[in-house]
Amino acid sequence: MSSARTHGGELERGGAADHALRIEHLEVAFRIGRRERRVLSDLSLAIRRGESYGLVGESGCGKSTVALAATRYLARNGRVSGGRILVDGQDLLSLAPRELRRLRARSVAMVYQDPGRALNPSMRIGRQMAEVFEVAAGLGGRAALERAAEMLARVQIASPERVLHNYPHELSGGMQQRVVIAMALSMNPALLILDEPTTGLDATVEAEVLELIARLHAELGNSILFIGHNLPVVARVCDRVGVLYAGELVEEGPAASVFADPRHPYTVGLLRCIPGYGTSKNQGRLETIPGFLPSPGSSGGQCVFAERCANATGRCRSEAPPPVDLGGRLSRCFYPERAPALPRQGATPEESRAPPVPRGGAQAAQGGGPAAPYAVSDGAAPPILRTRNLSKTYRVSGKPLQAVKGVSLDLWAGETLGLVGESGSGKSSLAKLLLGLAAPDAGSEVELAGEPLPALADERGFEQLKSLQIVFQNPGSALNRSQTVRRLIGRALRLAGLFGRAREARLRELAASVRLTPRHLDEKPRQLSGGLKQRVGIARAFAGGPRVVVCDEPTSALDVSVQSAILNLLVDLQAQQGVSYLFISHDLNVVHYVSDRIAVLYLGRLLEIGPAQAVFAGPHHPYTAALLSANPGLENRGRRRIRLSGELPSALNLPSGCVFHTRCPRKLGSICEREEPPLAPAGARHAIRCHIPAAELGAARPAAAPPQDAPAPGG
Amino acid sequence: MSALSASAAPPAAAARSRAAERLHAALRSPTLISGAAILGFWILCALLGSRITPLDPYADDLLATLAPPSAAHWFGTDQLGRDIFSRVIVGARDILIVAPLATLLGTVLGTALGLAIGYVRGALDDTVSRVIEALQALPLVIVALMALAAVGTSNVTVVLVIGFVFTPLIARTVRSAVLIESELDYVAAARLRGDGTLAVMFIEILPNVLPIAVVEMTVRLGYAIFFVASLSFLGFGIQPPSADWGIAIAENYSLIGSYWWTVLFDAAATASLVVGVNLVADGLESVFET
Amino acid sequence: MIARFLVKRALLSLITLAILSVVVFLGGQLLPGDVGRAVLGPLADARAVAVFNHQVGADRPLWIQYWDWIAHFLTGDMGESFTFRAPVAPFIGAALLNSLKLAALAFVLVVPLGIAGGVWAAMRVGRWSDRALVLLGQTLGVVPEFISSIVLILVFGVWLRWLPMSADWPEGAGGLTQLRYLILPSVPLVLVFFGYVARVARLGTIEALDADYTRTAILKGLSMPTVIRRHVLRNALLPTITVTASLLGYLAGGLVVIETLFHYRGIGALIYSAARAKDFPMLEAGVLTVGAVYALASVAADLLSAALDPRLRSGRT
Repeated sequence: MSSARTHGGELERGGAADHALRIEHLEVAFRIGRRERRVLSDLSLAIRRGESYGLVGESGCGKSTVALAATRYLARNGRVSGGRILVDGQDLLSLAPRELRRLRARSVAMVYQDPGRALNPSMRIGRQMAEVFEVAAGLGGRAALERAAEMLARVQIASPERVLHNYPHELSGGMQQRVVIAMALSMNPALLILDEPTTGLDATVEAEVLELIARLHAELGNSILFIGHNLPVVARVCDRVGVLYAGELVEEGPAASVFADPRHPYTVGLLRCIPGYGTSKNQGRLETIPGFLPSPGSSGGQCVFAERCANATGRCRSEAPPPVDLGGRLSRCFYPERAPALPRQGATPEESRAPPVPRGGAQAAQGGGPAAPYAVSDGAAPPILRTRNLSKTYRVSGKPLQAVKGVSLDLWAGETLGLVGESGSGKSSLAKLLLGLAAPDAGSEVELAGEPLPALADERGFEQLKSLQIVFQNPGSALNRSQTVRRLIGRALRLAGLFGRAREARLRELAASVRLTPRHLDEKPRQLSGGLKQRVGIARAFAGGPRVVVCDEPTSALDVSVQSAILNLLVDLQAQQGVSYLFISHDLNVVHYVSDRIAVLYLGRLLEIGPAQAVFAGPHHPYTAALLSANPGLENRGRRRIRLSGELPSALNLPSGCVFHTRCPRKLGSICEREEPPLAPAGARHAIRCHIPAAELGAARPAAAPPQDAPAPGG
Repeated sequence: MSALSASAAPPAAAARSRAAERLHAALRSPTLISGAAILGFWILCALLGSRITPLDPYADDLLATLAPPSAAHWFGTDQLGRDIFSRVIVGARDILIVAPLATLLGTVLGTALGLAIGYVRGALDDTVSRVIEALQALPLVIVALMALAAVGTSNVTVVLVIGFVFTPLIARTVRSAVLIESELDYVAAARLRGDGTLAVMFIEILPNVLPIAVVEMTVRLGYAIFFVASLSFLGFGIQPPSADWGIAIAENYSLIGSYWWTVLFDAAATASLVVGVNLVADGLESVFET
Repeated sequence: MIARFLVKRALLSLITLAILSVVVFLGGQLLPGDVGRAVLGPLADARAVAVFNHQVGADRPLWIQYWDWIAHFLTGDMGESFTFRAPVAPFIGAALLNSLKLAALAFVLVVPLGIAGGVWAAMRVGRWSDRALVLLGQTLGVVPEFISSIVLILVFGVWLRWLPMSADWPEGAGGLTQLRYLILPSVPLVLVFFGYVARVARLGTIEALDADYTRTAILKGLSMPTVIRRHVLRNALLPTITVTASLLGYLAGGLVVIETLFHYRGIGALIYSAARAKDFPMLEAGVLTVGAVYALASVAADLLSAALDPRLRSGRT
């Protein structure tokens, strides 16, 4: 074995190494407690020079471990138990410390999530960037700083000199990520590793960063290893793609073909789970992948996906399939040709061959297009929830911060109003106001079922509390970790006035309605997966039979395959009980799927509100247009992106007139700076807040905006 | 069936409860075991007292004062001819009553206070935190001296004073933990269920900060013993005629030049007790960390 | 920017001191109930008690007493000692100076040692050497100073006779002689606080080592010593600075036991004797002085923190 290894090593070193990264049969294990768990098994992949490779997978699949292994930066309890890694032609695992440092300085660079933390908070940007040149190229102070400024200009930061003097906390998230990217590319490394670089960034910022990466890739020609869980994002940036499941590479190939014509049941399932652009709940349920992720290293001797695969045969459960070469693609499956015909999970077995049944009932079955929302009136009946002039101003060191400004909206029984907005839009503040967790400004009115609603939760009666509930974003923090599921839901049933046997009966009913088994009732949150925890949260919200449920990013913290099951559940509950949802999310496809109507928030102001299809198709507000164009939907790849100029203004210093005018690509002129536009009608139950009349808004798109400005001083 | 249990979790790895896991870890921790052994030894001594001493710890023998260690008196005798070995054995009693009581008082009050200011916040938190900050400017021993000078010294006042002195310290730690918990969504969910302030504090939040309070208590216990011993040495702690080690040292340390045995053994005993308690606290801390 | 921060911080300290003065005053006046009774004892004649109370002004309304006391204190008049029937201020001044000398010596020894120990342990976190150091620090820290003092006095003072047994140096002794006398009292302090400082330094270093920016630095290809020096230390030592402030405060005023054991005329010993004698003016003045020293140290620590952490300077955006 060892002779073969050195032989291969010599070959690589001797000849022209045309791979920036070559991983061969890599095995990585972590010591957790007293046991060793295998996190990566028999992983082999190769990235040519100049190629961009995307590694996708859900949480726990091991993709970040690949990145850390490729830089030899595994945690203390991790080790490489087998295989080889060749970076820029050098055998990574056998390098001496000095050679390793040289490799890190010159040949490989890494960019990861949360750029703010990747920068040293007590060092100026210039100093941190200059370090790279000092180490790798031996440049001195002045020269290094000049090169640093050059790199900053390259990542489209205007006034690089100013930024060099800044500290990291003085820059916005997007700017910080640019700096980190500039630092990574300073020495033009052979391999650039990006580990979830845009997770946590707003959609518009994310789109900019991705474009930047693509452009630099084209200019500089380094190889890219892009790690992510968001398939459309990866598809945009990468030539080839690898799908990782439970530590094994189950499929690999050119990005376009893998996503258009997947050849592994897992990839098929994953792609089906994502709500397509423009689909709605009325067209049918979302696909799910049944079962659960195996714990790392637990499935030896069989196909790692067999437990959850509808195509699985006895062979799959007794033998581990080797990678099968399909001509430029590979799939770790015994039956890759059967993958596209994987039976759909959303429908019952009898319907598995029939097309998905639309949910709109008779109305929907008639028309060819998306059905009209069911159980929703045409606006004649009184709304179940109504807000007028809802505002919230916080005080931050004496200065007013207007989080929500004059939001008036109506929500009817049985419908879902989607709320879209990026960070700083005020959507979470709005949720808090509705629920009574924060006190609104004077002049705000909220009515529930026709009755005025007291501002704070402590002032509301049980009936009111029952009727307006919430499902939180983070299931981990939403459940009291010291209580069992039975207690968690049980305490909510107190609100419904149920005790003793009636309570127990209702408890079981609720648990069943969210697909929890009785066994789960006695478990504590830490024993449950994210999806299960979220189901408990949903059961709790529905305990009192609510009329309105605020869903605050209920699936953002969950994996794609789990997300679709939860969304299906929410929609089912709505159909059964006629409950209304205020659905907050940053994911436009999810919002469109779930919502009947959509509202768009920006800096606390309602910019647009209308039926989901109308808001998506147009005419719509320029901000909505930009958001939609930033959406990296898989079908979206041909679209030109609308770029917004400037940075998000600080909420402490709101722009005068229209809040969007500082970044609007269709700004009319000084009127936008002086006067705030009213909400003008733009179709049936559709309103847009813009000075430009609706008819003109639907017109052709403008040209791209000029490059980024430097950050305003003071952040 | 599989559709029903979509994305169900795998069955819990072991059926062990948290408590059982912790017990198991506790039994394997060398610091915890050795600390518990030392502590257990002294507790035993305190409980059994005079029954296990070779001689009567309170019996004077004016003919054999300040005798060095010998077969008759293993640790020698003190100024009044009392057997030091016996006195060392029973010397743990008072301190093992006063220190834990004071710690318990401080923990209970401190936890309640920390919960209140950490959850309710607002003006209550501002004022109390300011006062706590101001009090932190003073070394505890000074505060205790002042208070005990004012109210007079007895076992009861010592317990009360040390308990009150500990309260702000523990309240601060608990407050930090409560602040973090209050931000978590389950607290908001409780408010939305109509739970009142007291219910949220004690039913929702307290179970989650209890481990921290327990660890604080064990750590403070070590310090309480340190504190009581020091106060006894200064004459403001446990009062004579108790055989408490601090008093013995205070009474005899001026003789240290020629009669070292009158202080050394009491000093070693004190050291061993505090070290033992500290080892237990350290062991518990690592057990609770997991 | 820094000036504004400094002013704000100084104001906060003043508020703290004001609160402290109220607490100290109340402690001195309220707790004993009747000052005269507390001083003269339970057997004294009621009339003698009343006369005493009138003499010291303890029969006036509380807030007048407080105002009188604090106003005088700020001008340097700390009242008159019950025991010595002489102004308190000179006693406090001399005692404070002595305490500061001892505090400085202990500080200069324990802080570098503690930081070095903590950083060393953090670099080996999880390994035996780390656990050993932490345990050692904790164990030493928990042994009361008078215990370790006694052992040290026995070993170095009585048996080996290398160092003087008490810190009572002769009049007019030079700096080096004073140092020699101060070594023995400072060692127990170093032992007790080594663990304290090392623990904070260790935690800070571990946090810095695990931080993302350290990862960035290592992946840039910098050598470990450079990473530690340039990136880790600065951020790691930030929490240690706050801790050293409270340490200094304690060293300056809390050394009652050490000063008593070594017959050292520091402010801790002064407070102690005032407590025993129920000399409330001396007691209150001493305690407030100690508090003031701590407040000053804490302002200095905050300044230093702000100098090292730019986020603190701009007042958090």
